[in-house]
Amino acid sequence: MTGADLLLLALGAVAVGSGVLVVTTKHLVRAGLYLVICLGALAGDYLVLSAELVAWVQVLIYVGAVVVLLLFAVMLTRAPIGASDDLDRPGWPAALIGGGAGLGLSVLLVDAYRWGSVALPDAGSAERLGEQIFQSWVLPFEVLSVLLLSALVGAVVLSRPDIGRPGPARDGRPAPAEDLADADSGGRR
Amino acid sequence: MRPVIPYVTAALLFGLGVYGVLRRRNAVLVLMAVELMLNAVNLILVTADTTARAVLPHSGQVFALFVIVLAAAEIGVGLAIVLQLYRLRATVAVDDVPLTEPARPADAREPAAAGRDREAGR
Repeated sequence: MTGADLLLLALGAVAVGSGVLVVTTKHLVRAGLYLVICLGALAGDYLVLSAELVAWVQVLIYVGAVVVLLLFAVMLTRAPIGASDDLDRPGWPAALIGGGAGLGLSVLLVDAYRWGSVALPDAGSAERLGEQIFQSWVLPFEVLSVLLLSALVGAVVLSRPDIGRPGPARDGRPAPAEDLADADSGGRR
Repeated sequence: MRPVIPYVTAALLFGLGVYGVLRRRNAVLVLMAVELMLNAVNLILVTADTTARAVLPHSGQVFALFVIVLAAAEIGVGLAIVLQLYRLRATVAVDDVPLTEPARPADAREPAAAGRDREAGR
């Protein structure tokens, strides 16, 4: 056991422990905060595994943006402060399938890698990863940017009630005669 | 470095994510469990980058970056859908969502349909 192993073990324990809390806690907001701990521990894992850029992107995007979005959603859906009892459905099938997936994958991976040891590769710094992305992976990168743009447009269209939906959602009044053409084209879109 | 440690961590996190998706009723918590699963996959990719000798160096880390971007897009669209669901039904419990078309047309569509009928009758 080297220092890296001990660090990986400790960070993995933190990640799995806070992951358990994310899926079992009765407080909505606390679930988001445990998710921060879990994602932060994973970022530490990435650092130990010499993936510097991925670790910092994880901190920036996951901890910085995704969790903040999730907490926004918790607030916008008027989640109760404090414990709520109706978060779970009775679920031994969930425990069965989830436990089966987790333990099955663990057994598979332990069987594949045993207790063998590998040397850590060169650090995945921004320079090296940038070279790779912009030399070998340019096409997926560009496709991904188009996908991000379409996801952005999709989110905007979904969350604006006056786009892509027939007229009267605007203010609830029945559509007057002069609005009919507009409402119809909206309905067919 | 023993690769089995992060691999097992990732497997357990994936199992936790599956459990959370199946167990939770609140749509926001379901999205959080999906994030757990995506992160487990990322950890697998980054670890595989150290164990597998690929033709292109650091492929696993590049894939992990791509998955992070996909997760960001997913969470944006997912939250827009959840908020729209909350606006329409005033609930985010996923098992309250009707999977079939309701017998009565949804309120938002009624007047437009009536308008079309009126226009057709003219």
